Amino acid sequence: MLPITTIWWREIIRFYRQRSRLFSAIAQPLVFWLLIGSGLSASFQPAGASGETGYMTYFYPGIVVLVLLFTSIFATISVVNDRREGFLQSILVAPVPRWQIVLAQALGGTTLALLQGLLLLLLAPTIGIRFGVTSLLLSIGVMTLLAFGLTNLGLLIAWRMDSTQGFHAIMNLLLIPIWLLSGAFFPSTGVPGWLAWAMKFNPLTYGLAVFRHSLYLDTTTKAFGEGPSWALSMLITGLFCALAYVGATFTASAQAN
Amino acid sequence: MENRLEVENLSYAYPERRALDNVSLSVSCGEIFGLLGPNGSGKTTLFKILSTLMRITSGTVHILGYNLATEGRMIRDFLGVVFQHPGLDGKLTIVENLRHHGHLYGLSGKVLQRRISELLECFGVSDRAKERVEILSGGLQRRVEIAKSLLHSPRVLLLDEPTSGLDITARQQLNDYLGVLAQTEDILVFMTTHLLEDAETCDRVGILDVGRLVALGEPDELKAEVGGDVILIESTNSDTLGTAITEWCGVSTVLTDNGLRLECEHGHEFVRDVVAEFPDEIQSVRFGKPTLADVFMKLTGNPFVEREDTEN
Repeated sequence: MLPITTIWWREIIRFYRQRSRLFSAIAQPLVFWLLIGSGLSASFQPAGASGETGYMTYFYPGIVVLVLLFTSIFATISVVNDRREGFLQSILVAPVPRWQIVLAQALGGTTLALLQGLLLLLLAPTIGIRFGVTSLLLSIGVMTLLAFGLTNLGLLIAWRMDSTQGFHAIMNLLLIPIWLLSGAFFPSTGVPGWLAWAMKFNPLTYGLAVFRHSLYLDTTTKAFGEGPSWALSMLITGLFCALAYVGATFTASAQAN
Repeated sequence: MENRLEVENLSYAYPERRALDNVSLSVSCGEIFGLLGPNGSGKTTLFKILSTLMRITSGTVHILGYNLATEGRMIRDFLGVVFQHPGLDGKLTIVENLRHHGHLYGLSGKVLQRRISELLECFGVSDRAKERVEILSGGLQRRVEIAKSLLHSPRVLLLDEPTSGLDITARQQLNDYLGVLAQTEDILVFMTTHLLEDAETCDRVGILDVGRLVALGEPDELKAEVGGDVILIESTNSDTLGTAITEWCGVSTVLTDNGLRLECEHGHEFVRDVVAEFPDEIQSVRFGKPTLADVFMKLTGNPFVEREDTEN
């Protein structure tokens, strides 16, 4: 346990001591909240939604997931930096199994993403989005799971990279499509067939669905369109997390140097 | 076997080139071994293999009786490694870096606290313990780095170019300290270097050239093999002078960037005679005892270049 907590602790303390990271981590959710709260949503009217509040209710979970996605994935840049600066080598020669190193790094990214997502989530009631305590607790659980899976997805790639530029290039290619096609922005009803299929094969679609279901558990608001069921979404999200973690551990073990 | 590092017939090839070619050597606890080699000689590859970061593809390595290929996990427990690139986190303080390292090796609580204090004291950084590493000078960082590698009381200490970036005084101090450490704690010290001065301070030296171990032994022993003295002659026409000298006394000469180089017994007499024989051709003569550079030159036919090693 000691190696896991110490690696996790280092990820957190480093984040806290890099003032620009800390600042942007707090500012990013606030900017989203301000933009959405000040009536941005009035410009969008997707199929199946009615009225301004309706769309905001639909869109807000998507924004929370966006924050989770970016923070989780970009937290793993620390692996690329550690490799470049040489710090990673000294962890690799220590008698700590690779699965523990990856788990600790993943928990670090998860913690940071979760705190940011939570900040945004707690601001939601101020712009008319309602949810109960059970919903909140369940949502935090789902957010943790999502952040963990996404951080591992980042680690899977970061462990192969030796430059941050390369990491940024790959991530930019991947992140926006994953998010856009998750149903964060528009539901899959009424989109062309190929797009609907792309959304069906996107694991984040299910992550977002389970988050939305959890958040609006005890309100009358239901997910828009024909989204996947809670059970299926939960199953796929759990599977995604497990696979991403196993994949990241496997990559870390193969990339010994 | 139990207190030795044994490398047998170790070879390693990258897709584009061969880095190690059938290397065999053995180092005991209490001994300081220096692996000397110029840029691209393969010493960083050997270092990475010994530090468990690269897999063995051909040959065997045993460290204190454990097989490196199959028991790497056990070896890591008693291995201390100092890499060329700093393994410290600049955003953490000295103490935080040491504590992090101790935790990775399963140390905690009072035991860890005491060990940290001991090492801070020993390396003279106690008063700066709470400062962030990023504001320390290069020499100081190096000291903390070595303190860190000793925290878990390793029995084998591997150092990759430990003196790079240090000034002469700091280099001397480090070499002295490693000597004391090997003696008093019976630690096996294995270091790579491209600096002849560092290699001279080691108990034994291996010289690596394009992946082959061309020499292995005590520095004095190796230098004795060069035979007699080393003479360096500068001339306006080195080519013809070289041929003329060989015809005159039968000693073969080698043309280097610094002039004509030759080895002979009783160098002082040779200098007197050669200047008398070729008064017009010779601009200057240098006379010296052989160094490890001469050993390298004799064995490989190439001059030894003390270049900063930037090999991967």
